[in-house]
Amino acid sequence: MMKEQIQEHVKNLLAEGRIEGFLGLRQQGTDIGPHLFKSADELGDLSLGDRQDPGDSRYPLDKILSRLAFNYPTDTFGVLVRGCDERALQQLFTVSMLHRDRVVPVGFACPPELAEAHQCWKPFPEALVAGEPSPGVVGGEDAVGSQLGLLGKLQEWFDTFDRCVKCYGCRNICPVCYCHDCTLEEAALLPTGEIPPANPNFLMTRAMHMVGRSLCIYCGLCEEVCPADIPLKSLYRLVSKIVGQEAVTPEGLAARQETAGQSVDKAAAG
Amino acid sequence: MDYKTVLTTCAYCGCGCGLYLEVLDGRLIGTLPSKTNPINEGKLCVKGWNIHEFVQHPSRLTKPLIRKNGTLTEASWDEALDYTASRLKEIKEAHGSHSIAFLASAKVTNEENYVIMKFARAAVGTNNVDHCARL
Ligand code: SF4
Ligand code: SF4
Ligand code: SF4
Ligand code: SF4
Repeated sequence: MMKEQIQEHVKNLLAEGRIEGFLGLRQQGTDIGPHLFKSADELGDLSLGDRQDPGDSRYPLDKILSRLAFNYPTDTFGVLVRGCDERALQQLFTVSMLHRDRVVPVGFACPPELAEAHQCWKPFPEALVAGEPSPGVVGGEDAVGSQLGLLGKLQEWFDTFDRCVKCYGCRNICPVCYCHDCTLEEAALLPTGEIPPANPNFLMTRAMHMVGRSLCIYCGLCEEVCPADIPLKSLYRLVSKIVGQEAVTPEGLAARQETAGQSVDKAAAG
Repeated sequence: MDYKTVLTTCAYCGCGCGLYLEVLDGRLIGTLPSKTNPINEGKLCVKGWNIHEFVQHPSRLTKPLIRKNGTLTEASWDEALDYTASRLKEIKEAHGSHSIAFLASAKVTNEENYVIMKFARAAVGTNNVDHCARL
């Protein structure tokens, strides 16, 4: 049902010539991957990224989009977004990696069980085309916070960091990691070509870069991509609390984006 | 503008992780792990993440080289194969089959590894076959 609504919406965007293409997900057999839909005929293969379970096949579409926009700066593209993807778009607009006039987000809501699993405080985008918004989990990660703690359980965290194989996957997949010259490859700070990476410098540097600049939108893609199963998103949420800048906690981000953006009702009605 | 993703298998080791190569206007620009591949379940190692880089890399060898008077010189495939075959023959005649070893690869297909194993044992007559994963 949600899929049909998205297909119909994108079909119209393409027919009206409002977008050059629609960056979404395509199912081929049992595989789901990113795809740029250029014509309505292709939309039959559209996927929302739910293979067995909701949201089990998500990709950093915003990041791909910023690469397309870099090469084709005057073209306008549509992009499939969940709540977190839309938050990432906002961040990329702010740092001028994308221009808001040349992106048409096509959004759908995540089910409550996914919001619960992701401890997501806003599991739907403003540009809602399909699905019912569910309320989300506000302050939910406090439970994780009190269970693991960062300062109280430093040694446990450092032991967890020891598993890092320095694949850079967390950085590569992150929709809001946009720097051309990445500090994690800055030899003067973090010796390059050395495995295992300096602990905790390597992972804490990334944590500070994600949280300290209010970049992280807590999509959890980093955590999913980590071959060492390091709970990176939880780490970043804990660090955001310790840094103590309300604006950089998920709740703070939510409040900030609410004041900056339009109301949900308005977007849903339009 | 032509952007597409191509589902394929990592060629760097025998694990066989599934990944998407990103192609923009005919050039490889990136790699993404396949979320739906049962082998790697959306993860890659540092080699897989960078696999798009070697294909069009300017330092990649695309023609055979033969060392002539101490200098590596470009050669045709025919010349390179003739040279290799005749040298292998000479070495085998002068020093015996076991003076030759073959290094296969975890980066190629089972069939290619079978062929090099067969060539080593049946044509050259040695069991000296190993592969890159043990380096
Ligand atoms: S983080 Fe929120 S919006 Fe993103 S996939 Fe999870 S529940 Fe959906
Ligand atoms: S949760 Fe991870 S992948 Fe998502 S924005 Fe934060 S650091 Fe990036
Ligand atoms: S994804 Fe995991 S293993 Fe890879 S660099 Fe990041 S923390 Fe380390
Ligand atoms: S990504 Fe790494 S582990 Fe997977 S096949 Fe490639 S080299 Fe092997």
